[in-house]
Amino acid sequence: MILRTPVSEKDHIQGNPNASITLVQYGDYQCPFCWKAYPIVKRLQVSLQDHLKFVFRNFPLAKVHPHAKVAALAAEAAALQNKFWEMHDMLYERHKDLQYEAILSYAVELGLDIGLFEKDIKNPELEEKVDADFLSGLRSGVNATPTFFINGEKYTESWEENNLLEHIWTSNLV
Amino acid sequence: MLKKGTQAPDFSLLSTPDQALCLSELRGKKVILTFYPADWSPVCGDQLVLYNETLKYFQKHNAILIGISVDGIWCHLAFSKERNLHFPLLADFEPKGAVSKRYEVYDEQVGESKRALYVIDEEGIIQWSHLSPVGINPGADGILDALEELSDVKKLSQLN
Repeated sequence: MILRTPVSEKDHIQGNPNASITLVQYGDYQCPFCWKAYPIVKRLQVSLQDHLKFVFRNFPLAKVHPHAKVAALAAEAAALQNKFWEMHDMLYERHKDLQYEAILSYAVELGLDIGLFEKDIKNPELEEKVDADFLSGLRSGVNATPTFFINGEKYTESWEENNLLEHIWTSNLV
Repeated sequence: MLKKGTQAPDFSLLSTPDQALCLSELRGKKVILTFYPADWSPVCGDQLVLYNETLKYFQKHNAILIGISVDGIWCHLAFSKERNLHFPLLADFEPKGAVSKRYEVYDEQVGESKRALYVIDEEGIIQWSHLSPVGINPGADGILDALEELSDVKKLSQLN
């Protein structure tokens, strides 16, 4: 399966924009498998450095994970204050508490303008952005979280432990 | 599997302990039938949880989703409650697998439905089908493609 919505300036991008490897993750902040993937991606970024561009897209399974949507909106609201990745990391590191009150305290801790943050989190445009991410995932064959795409191709093997890194090394992508 | 253009065989199966759902009652809507091996098994859970989140996109195409497996109705109820599912699960329980057999998606060896999808149009005609390997979650993309194609065909026929 290929990534039907190419990476664009609308995406949250971390790393070298001209890297030879683009890793897109569809993730859910309340998903235990994504919690497991979070440090793995961090290690991958350290290992690959400038060879990697990392993109995160929202795929909240909100009916089984009741805090997933508000967490996704929180990261998008933080993005409007240029702190997407700080909030993304905070949500994964503090995943044990994703209640609204806790998320507000994370926003304070990150130094966000809290009035603006609370207003933005309720902004229907942000919900549309999260829904658009979700739909782009569906149309690209995302069937669980996390799902990774490497240079636009769905990665269907195991991402656990060092498998993702080993796959990238052995595919001569670097 | 039954071919495109075939009239979808009618059936009536329990959706709650005292209510049956009959396919022919759903004329006028598109119906997505998702046959799956078993409640609680990991892949089915993922697949149905995914479709649960996709319902609003199915609804845009005037389509409703129905899950069918050989599990009994009480098992379905517990599973549906635990996963917070917002669509009916039908019990192809007695005679076991009878509807799955008529849709040619019954695995005689294991005694479960295969992992299979049908999209049926408003007139009850099968328009798309897909058989997935039992351990693979087929996702929602194929269904959405089929629904979009049907909507396009309809728009075209209205134009002509």
